[in-house]
Amino acid sequence: MTDIPEIEALTPYARSLGIALDRWEDGAPIMAVSFDETVEGRPDHYHGGATGGLLETAGYAALRAELARQERVALLKPINITVQYLAAGKSRTSYALGRITKLGRRSANITVEAWQDDRSRPIATAVMNVLMAEPSA
Amino acid sequence: MGLSTSLPPRYRLPTMSEQLRKFDPAQATAFFAGRGHSGWLGLRYSDHGDDWVELELPWREDLLGEDGQRVLASGPILSLMDMASGMAIWRAMDEFTAIATLDLRVDYVRPAREGASVFGRSQCYRITRSAAFVRGLAHDGDSGDPVAHIQAVFMKIAPTGRL
Repeated sequence: MTDIPEIEALTPYARSLGIALDRWEDGAPIMAVSFDETVEGRPDHYHGGATGGLLETAGYAALRAELARQERVALLKPINITVQYLAAGKSRTSYALGRITKLGRRSANITVEAWQDDRSRPIATAVMNVLMAEPSA
Repeated sequence: MGLSTSLPPRYRLPTMSEQLRKFDPAQATAFFAGRGHSGWLGLRYSDHGDDWVELELPWREDLLGEDGQRVLASGPILSLMDMASGMAIWRAMDEFTAIATLDLRVDYVRPAREGASVFGRSQCYRITRSAAFVRGLAHDGDSGDPVAHIQAVFMKIAPTGRL
């Protein structure tokens, strides 16, 4: 797939948490974070907030990739996110991939799934709405 | 000869649940924020009531969202609210038991001000045998003008073998 130069567009927060691009799949970026202290909640498990941060980052990355493909420029602002925690995140790498359900003119609806070793058993999912604002000057 | 079988309580450190029984949010925050994700975020205790807890997320340059905008990312607010919600549940139960987030919704109603701490206040309004329900808000100084609202459900984790 086309490697869109948008990975530097990872937020400072995402870089600081240790989230990185793992690979592209059908034009969408799979994001990953390896387990270390910055994501740890109770011993040897992911903090729910860190899992949420990975989901959110993967959602934004999917949207940025699609906007770049369409040569659209927009400032992304969060409207909301709903996270479902399905299983405990264990002490290993977690992956997440966002899918754009609806891309409108002003907002996008994205679903995201996070998993560890077994992709068919997600550890968390999210639905998020993102506002796409006109870039200011 | 049998010396090490079972030390009397005064010779061993209290377990975490013993330390935290009669749950003290200030003490617990110091405990949790000394390590892991909460430590990385630098979460601090702010205030609490019978069924609510407020934590503080100090401003940090490396937690910004989109490049070119001086706005805190949404991820740290989600973490802050998850932590404050867990604390509110332990406070409402007045004990420390294992819980896990089941569902968490965050509505980001406006960006947080640059340079400001964000405070996350969560209230546990209902506890059942197996679940705990919370709602809360995040603000940057004035709780009457929140930056986010949240609603969440946590599950109590049953001790092994018992439901």
